[in-house]
Amino acid sequence: MDWQAFWLTIRLAVLVTAILLVSGLPIAYWLAYSRWRWKFVAEAVVALPIVLPPTVLGFYVLLALGSRSPLGRWWQSLTGHTLAFTFTGLVIGSIIYSLPFAAQPIAASFALVDPKLISASAVLGASRLRTFFRVVLPLSLPGLVTGVALSFAHTMGEFGVVLMVGGNIPGVTRTVSIDIYDKVEALNYGSANQTALALLAICFVALCLVYGVNRRVWAWGPWK
Amino acid sequence: MKTVQERSVPAPVSGPTQSLAVRISKRLSGSGRDFILDVAFEAGPGITILFGPSGAGKTTLLDGIAGLLTPDAGRIAVGDQVLLDYERGINLAIQQRRVGYVFQELALFPHLSAERNIAYGLARLGAAERQRRTDAMLQSFRIAHLHKRRPGEISGGERQRVALARALVTDPCLLLLDEPLAALDAPTKSKIIDDLRAWNQAHRIPILYVTHSRDEVFALGERVVVLEDGKITAQGTPHEVMRAPRQETVAQLAGFENIFDVHVTAAHEDRGTMTCRIAESDVELETPLVRAETGSALRVGIRAGDILLAIEHPQGLSARNVICGQIVWLEQRDVIVVARVNCGVEMEIHLTLAARDSLELRSGQEVWLVVKTHSCHLMAGNG
Repeated sequence: MDWQAFWLTIRLAVLVTAILLVSGLPIAYWLAYSRWRWKFVAEAVVALPIVLPPTVLGFYVLLALGSRSPLGRWWQSLTGHTLAFTFTGLVIGSIIYSLPFAAQPIAASFALVDPKLISASAVLGASRLRTFFRVVLPLSLPGLVTGVALSFAHTMGEFGVVLMVGGNIPGVTRTVSIDIYDKVEALNYGSANQTALALLAICFVALCLVYGVNRRVWAWGPWK
Repeated sequence: MKTVQERSVPAPVSGPTQSLAVRISKRLSGSGRDFILDVAFEAGPGITILFGPSGAGKTTLLDGIAGLLTPDAGRIAVGDQVLLDYERGINLAIQQRRVGYVFQELALFPHLSAERNIAYGLARLGAAERQRRTDAMLQSFRIAHLHKRRPGEISGGERQRVALARALVTDPCLLLLDEPLAALDAPTKSKIIDDLRAWNQAHRIPILYVTHSRDEVFALGERVVVLEDGKITAQGTPHEVMRAPRQETVAQLAGFENIFDVHVTAAHEDRGTMTCRIAESDVELETPLVRAETGSALRVGIRAGDILLAIEHPQGLSARNVICGQIVWLEQRDVIVVARVNCGVEMEIHLTLAARDSLELRSGQEVWLVVKTHSCHLMAGNG
């Protein structure tokens, strides 16, 4: 088994999940509470990666990161190399790819928090920020757990975007799913099976964790 | 707006007392119907009942005072502290208004214990002071033994106590209660009210208590403000507002089971009475004299509990209205018996169980209804 690919994939998934957790909170908050009339456009944009073929998404991310785009040129002038076919580029692509899997469940659980509780908090003198951290966030724990686990599992298993953006550089951009593809191409079915089985197990455990923890959250708090 | 003047508001005890002065208007549009709230009233320290049917705008008014909803114009002040004044461009944020608000749904934080719910509004204080105040509040509202429990783990009455304590611990300048006790049984309710009154003895803040229950008005009120369809239609003591309705909507609220359209057939200025005929019937009633032309249309309200029922034609009574009729049906509701009697028009009469049994009342029986002149309450006719 290719431990290098495994280690790389886990590093990628953890990093992407962490970034999505932090950036997903304000996005989810906005999605849940904004009354902007064009909000549906933003919702569609966030949901796009779910329905878009990964190759299409990956293609445009590749163009955006390449040396011909303003972003790519800016990055190149800063660091001396392009974003395409690097680990950083992979992280950026994965964030876009997995954003809906973090933002949507979190936004859904924010929207479920009783607005009266938010009013009560304000009447008791709490700022919006304090209300968010003391009331909205704790009551949205199930959605938070779901968002984290889904974006982790989703990043672990991505293929199309990684191939388009990162290519297949061992130790830099070769993730487990690409490793499996390589092995199948080389007719090395036994080795491919080992890796695939490991990935299957990891994703299964991650999902069990989600449903298990969510169940436990219900049992902890008899509040609904 | 027809207003019953207040007469018997108790004088404040001593020390600085705060009065709430509200004058706001707000137009809410939605679902094809515009609702306009337009009110002006004052409320001194102590409990003021805000009474009205659902949809009258009671909660909208409270939300406006608390700052959860921004009025289109007006002024709100408690004592010297101005919460909102459009002319002077003042509009304090919700967080700065120091208003205690107990929602109808209570809105206790489900993930926090009773103690932490109460301490929630004290974030600006040091830990020791916060604990001291929280403990004092837990004591005052007799919920110290529940301090570690979550809202989902305590009874309805206990939750109400936690909600009250949470609102009052912050030392608000005003307390808003939106039907907080509607779901409770009478003994639990009155114990909580006693504790609230005890707390307010020391603090003397205005308490606006919203209800649509007539019983609560008499049980609690020193003063009542009646809100109907966004307007204040009466204010005064419960007795004044509820016993002398001027408009039919108030009459219905005030519990007149019998309301009839009548025409004035004769006025007896010398005796202070009038004769009125109930529309589309031969029934004539003697009523108190009001200023109305003969032939004009009025309405009369009679409480079901104010009508006597006799099984023989009564003799030698002071009551002037004795009407013959037939029992249509009898029905026991809780501890009263409701009788429906047809005497040209149908009237509802409330009896005790004992009265029904000793008179051996049954459907179809001929009976006489006895109504005192002053049990007939006249109101403006409709239209």
